[in-house]
Amino acid sequence: MSNIAKAFEKGKAFIPFVTCGDPDLETTAKVVRAMAGAGADLIELGIPFSDPTAEGPVIQGANLRALKAGTTTDKIFDLVRDLRRDVTVPMVFMTYANVVFSYGTERFVSTCADVGMDGLILPDLPFEEKEEFAPACRKYGIDLISLVAPTSADRIAMIAREAKGFLYIVSSLGVTGTRSEITTDLDAIIQVVRENTSVPCAIGFGISTPEQAKRMAALSDGAIVGSAIIKLLERFGKDAPEQIAAYVREMKGAVGYRPSL
Amino acid sequence: MSEKKGRFGIHGGQYIPETLMNAVIELEKAYDFYKNDPGFNRELTELLDEYAGRPSRLTFAKKLTEDLGGAKIYLKREDLNHTGSHKINNVLGQALLAKKMGKTRLIAETGAGQHGVATATAAALMGMECVVFMGKEDTERQALNVYRMRLLGAEVVPVTTGTATLKDAVSEAMREWTRRIDDTHYCLGSVMGPHPFPTIVRDFQAVISREVKAQLMEKEGRLPDAVLACVGGGSNAMGSFYHFIEDKSVRLIGCEAAGRGTDTFETAATIATGREGIFHGMKSYFCQDEFGQIAPVYSISAGLDYPGIGPEHAWLHDTGRAEYVAITDDEAVEAFEYLSRMEGIIPAIESAHAVAHAMKLAPTMGKEQIIVITISGRGDKDVAAIARYRGEDIYE
Repeated sequence: MSNIAKAFEKGKAFIPFVTCGDPDLETTAKVVRAMAGAGADLIELGIPFSDPTAEGPVIQGANLRALKAGTTTDKIFDLVRDLRRDVTVPMVFMTYANVVFSYGTERFVSTCADVGMDGLILPDLPFEEKEEFAPACRKYGIDLISLVAPTSADRIAMIAREAKGFLYIVSSLGVTGTRSEITTDLDAIIQVVRENTSVPCAIGFGISTPEQAKRMAALSDGAIVGSAIIKLLERFGKDAPEQIAAYVREMKGAVGYRPSL
Repeated sequence: MSEKKGRFGIHGGQYIPETLMNAVIELEKAYDFYKNDPGFNRELTELLDEYAGRPSRLTFAKKLTEDLGGAKIYLKREDLNHTGSHKINNVLGQALLAKKMGKTRLIAETGAGQHGVATATAAALMGMECVVFMGKEDTERQALNVYRMRLLGAEVVPVTTGTATLKDAVSEAMREWTRRIDDTHYCLGSVMGPHPFPTIVRDFQAVISREVKAQLMEKEGRLPDAVLACVGGGSNAMGSFYHFIEDKSVRLIGCEAAGRGTDTFETAATIATGREGIFHGMKSYFCQDEFGQIAPVYSISAGLDYPGIGPEHAWLHDTGRAEYVAITDDEAVEAFEYLSRMEGIIPAIESAHAVAHAMKLAPTMGKEQIIVITISGRGDKDVAAIARYRGEDIYE
């Protein structure tokens, strides 16, 4: 069984994201431990990319700050090796196709397995191109996470049938970033997902408040939050881990809430 | 879904967010239908002829030929098109296609501003809304073109992310497309990006080589020995090469921007200094560091200032069918001045890269041989920048 499945075993999952190396890798290590301690069920680690085309301004900023600070793929592998001495929460990388491809796909994926990563999310890799990376991921037991978007329509079933780990449901059109309202008919999308796979699904893009997280997790199996956490890092810098721990605790409480029947 | 779809050898593909997939599939279906539709082709030909001024001339460069003392040189005059460059060929095609698809809004990226101006022009002509993304640095280098686009009714969005140049303008246009797909067509300006763009743009630009072939046949009764064109993303070069690919006797030479030299970091010569990667929707060659971070490239020419190259060029390079050479800023500026004085034609600084290579190549060839240089655009937009390069403080 995929290690990622464990994230969804104890009810609705809360999945925070952080860009590695923003503002530096020492802070990232503290942030990840804080998230794990505060009840995060699965953690997304962003490997910064110079041109993150699926990101809004907040995560773009985090990517550029991390690169400016000298963050590299190798240093991030070292970070994960260190984290895995005590952090047992499932973790997935989120980055762009070129970061993996240019490192050498097999070398990248085998190192992921070696340091203790569980999955890989590439927002610029649609279903049609996934065989570029899927064989190496299968070989080393890394789940290549697929995404479903509000525009996926007739593609949802096809994507869901081959989903691994969990299915990432993109809540809204556009790029990552907080939104005051999510208007996509996610119920309809998730119904098709459920008919085609038993792999859990979580909703991301635009979620920042406990109310939104609660609503999104109620529709699916979990909620993913990125930009809101990066904003805490922007605001508190090296002091952010404590703030992030408090935020994750609040969000986890919100998604875990079950109305009595 | 075949493995080969949208591939040029190993290059090409569709490496884009899932949000955009149905949009590019819809575009591909529409293009497959309309490219063979007589009505569509009639309408496009009429626009190209009556509005853009095609066919463009093939001018014999008599003084250039005599001065260089080798091959006979012809200039394919895309600079004479409406809006002043080859960009209009592709834009009229895509705008017409978008209109047939029921889209009411065009978005585009631009470097030097030529593609932006062409898109704004087509949008004005066809009554469509238009938003152009342009690196902030380029909006300053090419202030006149920014005003020109606004005059044509387009909104120009200065892009401040990353290096604030062409690649960031492409990224921002892609982001905007994921935000608003229903009524919007992304009018990509070069033979790059995800399938089907490299094919669509190449087909709309192939009019260049189709005309060159016929015009030269009429003037000389034969094929050229070499076709030269500048390459950034590579649309005018792909259009200039396309109908000669099967004519193996014709050398196809793409001229990249070496900037301050291919041995420096201030270069945009992708074939010379890049390696295989995946970016902006395609697998191709890219200037990048060892961890795959896209390099901040440099060229005096905003239109060639791009860290990648279209996938079909990457394939023509792999198979050896086309050659790619790198031309420095200094060489391009010299060629810019040389063609201006010699023939009374001020080329775009982009096109001057191809002229610079012809200056090296022509003297090594026989007088019976023929070179065609595509002058992809006119150089009015570059005059102030070249003056500054020569130490004269002129601002537009």
